[in-house]
Amino acid sequence: MRLNLNVNGRAMTADDVWEGESLLYVLRERLGLPGSKNACEQGECGSCTVYLDRVPVCACLVAAGQAQDREVGTVEGLADEEELAPVQRAFVDEGAVQCGFCTPGLLVAADDLINRVPEPSDAEIREALAGNLCRCTGYEKIMAAVRTAAERNAGTGISGSTGGDRE
Amino acid sequence: MDFLRPACWSEALEAKANHPDATPVAGGTDVMVELNFDHRRPETLLDLTRIEQLREWSRTERAGVASVRIGAGVPYSRLIDELGTSLPGLAMAARTVGSPQIRNRGTLGGNLASASPAGDGHPPLLASNAEIELESVRGSRTIPIEEFFTGVKRSAMASDELVAAVHVPVSTGPQQFSKIGTRNAMVIAVCTFAVALWPERSGVGTGLGSAAPTPRSAPEAEEFLAAALTEADQWDDPRPLPDSITERFGELVAQAAAPIDDVRGTAGYRTHALHVLARRTLSWAWDEYRGGTEFSGRQRCA
Ligand SMILES: Cc1cc2nc3c(=O)[nH]c(=O)nc-3n(C[C@H](O)[C@H](O)[C@H](O)COP(=O)(O)OP(=O)(O)OC[C@H]3O[C@@H](n4cnc5c(N)ncnc54)[C@H](O)[C@@H]3O)c2cc1C
Ligand code: FES
Ligand code: FES
Repeated sequence: MRLNLNVNGRAMTADDVWEGESLLYVLRERLGLPGSKNACEQGECGSCTVYLDRVPVCACLVAAGQAQDREVGTVEGLADEEELAPVQRAFVDEGAVQCGFCTPGLLVAADDLINRVPEPSDAEIREALAGNLCRCTGYEKIMAAVRTAAERNAGTGISGSTGGDRE
Repeated sequence: MDFLRPACWSEALEAKANHPDATPVAGGTDVMVELNFDHRRPETLLDLTRIEQLREWSRTERAGVASVRIGAGVPYSRLIDELGTSLPGLAMAARTVGSPQIRNRGTLGGNLASASPAGDGHPPLLASNAEIELESVRGSRTIPIEEFFTGVKRSAMASDELVAAVHVPVSTGPQQFSKIGTRNAMVIAVCTFAVALWPERSGVGTGLGSAAPTPRSAPEAEEFLAAALTEADQWDDPRPLPDSITERFGELVAQAAAPIDDVRGTAGYRTHALHVLARRTLSWAWDEYRGGTEFSGRQRCA
């Protein structure tokens, strides 16, 4: 089947998509966007985390056809032309990247957190990253990077809303 | 493989009637794992994520009881954010599901249709006597959750039916949920237990997960506790619960289980753990009740 979707702000088309394949496969193998990583294909590791209509999800668990006409945001879309996004800058500055396999998914999950919660507590950071596994860093530097990114983001005054009980 | 993408509910029901073998896919957090690992090769996938109606919840009344009707496609993250006050037990269980990414996608409808004995949504729904609304082109029917689960990963849903919604009575008293696993996130339950107090009708609800071939409640434990509380006038004048009562409640809950040995735990461990969970969640719920929060339907003298 043919698939039309918006990725990182650009309209894209993939052809000959098999109906049973995942959005992750489409991104990596058909659209030339290998940033999102494939490790477990069962939602356990988070290395494939992308935004789907602005909500972080595991791309390996989204059926390709479910992304038709939807907006997808991947790690490739976090930075603008010139500058790294605050989370990317902070991961570099704090040395939160070792082999780097987990990094793209963590960046998307962390980007979502700091844009939703202006001053996340450590507990909130841990909770937000609970779906992302890292085999290298021991997580301490990742925690430090997210704290730093959140502080810098708050400094810019462009953080998002916190949600809360909307009942 | 065909990929059907109905734009509205009636189209989805038509599609399911015409393709009874079609596999519905909502959040995909169960279905896609099976597809990725070649455990399932359906002829047809039926995408439900375009049906707005399935993603809505509303307040209703069923037989005079204030309830929430939750569309089958509402993800866990929204149950937590939007229904934490009305349905605290369900929201607690939802918080323990997978990870943020899984909670953003996974739905109550998918949890029910998968009908896993370990589904975390089931115990709080059992403790609340929820009802499942099923629909097909033949019509709509609503069945008590106790009748929905018929075996391991089997339900009362017919091949042309879809889960439309779940009806859950709004809480009138404290509710608790507890889950045993190896860590906080990303855990299939070793066992779970949910308890709900319904002061306005002097009732108690329970739900057990990963404790038997199907999720189930512990009716004897419910009746014992409700009667004990009524007899001692505890509903109107709540005092600390005697150990004999929490202990017996735990025993009756454990007796209701029919667990198995598997990679996650032994039957013996599960039975023991359920006993502990039942006592513990009851004491948390009771502390909250004694804490004097005004629970609707029962005017308490101080
Ligand atoms: C990493 C990971 C962690 C998980 N952790 C937990 C956990 O902690 N607790 C837990 O309970 N579950 C857990 N799950 C399982 C899963 O997330 C839940 O069962 C979830 O509720 C499934 O919902 P879904 O919308 O994703 O279902 P889908 O995968 O879309 O569908 C599941 C089943 O339901 C059917 N279906 C879906 N919607 C309907 C409908 N409206 N009518 C009829 N049939 C329908 C599908 O055909 C399929 O058979 C986990 C899964 C993963 C991948
Ligand atoms: S590859 Fe998707 S969660 Fe691991
Ligand atoms: S840096 Fe190697 S897995 Fe995280």
